[in-house]
Amino acid sequence: MSYLSDIYNGIKTLLTGMSVTGKYFLNSRKGAITQQYPDNRDTLKMFERFRGEVVMPHDENNEHSCTGCQKCELACPNGSIEIIWDRVIDENTGKKKKIIDQHIYHFGMCTQCGLCVDACPSDAIKWAQNFENSVYDRTQLTRVLNQPGSKVRAGVEE
Amino acid sequence: MNTLININNLFLSIIPAEITGLPKMAMIALIYLGIFAVLGLYLVLLERKVAAWFQLRLGPNRVGYHGLLQTMADALKLVSKELTGTVKADKFLYNLAPYFVIITSLMALGIFPFTQKLQAYDLNIGLFFLIAISSIGVIGILLGGWSSNNKFSLIGAMRSGVQTISYELSVGLSLLTMVLLTQSLQLSEIVEVQKNGWLIVQGHIPAIIAFMVFMIAGTAETNRAPFDMVEAESELGAGFHTEYSGMKFAYFFLAEFINMFIIAAIATTVFFGGWLSPFGVTESIPWLGVFWFLAKTFILVFLMMWFRWTFPRLRVDQLLTLEWKYLLPINLVNIVIMAVIVWLNLSIQF
Repeated sequence: MSYLSDIYNGIKTLLTGMSVTGKYFLNSRKGAITQQYPDNRDTLKMFERFRGEVVMPHDENNEHSCTGCQKCELACPNGSIEIIWDRVIDENTGKKKKIIDQHIYHFGMCTQCGLCVDACPSDAIKWAQNFENSVYDRTQLTRVLNQPGSKVRAGVEE
Repeated sequence: MNTLININNLFLSIIPAEITGLPKMAMIALIYLGIFAVLGLYLVLLERKVAAWFQLRLGPNRVGYHGLLQTMADALKLVSKELTGTVKADKFLYNLAPYFVIITSLMALGIFPFTQKLQAYDLNIGLFFLIAISSIGVIGILLGGWSSNNKFSLIGAMRSGVQTISYELSVGLSLLTMVLLTQSLQLSEIVEVQKNGWLIVQGHIPAIIAFMVFMIAGTAETNRAPFDMVEAESELGAGFHTEYSGMKFAYFFLAEFINMFIIAAIATTVFFGGWLSPFGVTESIPWLGVFWFLAKTFILVFLMMWFRWTFPRLRVDQLLTLEWKYLLPINLVNIVIMAVIVWLNLSIQF
């Protein structure tokens, strides 16, 4: 009897599948679930976890929280991050302190793996959600993440 | 309604009266070719739109109003493309294969009765001719796969051979079940019989089983998903037409869609009364038969598209198990039941 029950179950499951897709078909009038990209360019916001490019957020005083520890540079598997750093004397404590001169990010080499963002102890770098990243010259893909004249926020220690 | 010119007369009025015999046949063939080439293109568009709706997408919507000219643009592109091929291909067979496929599928269209009068050729063994012609098409696929000198093409073509030889039995037997009721193979006769109720109603349970078997086997005959092992993209690239480009590829592509139309048209003619309107609502206007025929056919075409966008592809062994262990025995039992029903006059007649 398993022969007949096989046929019965086969037809039943096929009809179940067809009813599922049939419901989708009937609901397709309510609009597509896909993004109509070039049309909705002004309103399209990528989701939070989207990895566009690495950026360094600065606050209103032009301060970032990068201490120049170079952990991101070490974590990067293909050398996309280069940090040019220097030592200065801290005015408050009088001790020598490491600061960054330039946090150079080669976006052209970056594979968006996210290891640098995970490695950063002070959350100085994070992912931006932009995605229209094409340029006419690849030198434009080499970016300096810290803004000119910016300095590390007070209280962020290595 | 004699005042209404039926479409057949319209066609005949286009053709000058002094042209008869072979030139007339050639002209009718050209008209059919034109109409069904355009129909094939729009079936491609319909397939893409239906696929989009099943997956909650929009589908082609850029070329023309709601993308209506998309497949025209695609066809133009394919016409203008270079015809490439493999160096070691068997050139003669390689060039012959697409024509084999497209000609057989266009030949089958000639014998469908679109209305009472609009039928290019009323063959008295119509159904038999359809079954025969649908199995010639596979020779084109085998030729294409063999002569391309490509292992993917060859595997695809051999799978097609296995598939078509197996499923032909089911197509033939399920249609034979209905022939027991109609007692004729002539398509116009088959439609005539259905004036007492569509055959799917006349034959009730065995007819419904035969219809289900026919739709499954018909989907397999046209090499469409879930039976598309012939061109299984993830395994074989594009199967037998891997090495074809431009217009030769377009012939294969068009033939696939016209074959789908043919399978749906056979089902319409044999199970759903062909050009007859439901309950005879438009019996007084004969030319509306074209509308009813196409409406029924496109509903069945939609059903086949529904299959395609729902079911995953079968393995080869599952395909053969389905045919030889399930469809064939069911069909044989079904044909005996139908014979008993016809013998005892248990069919439902209005």
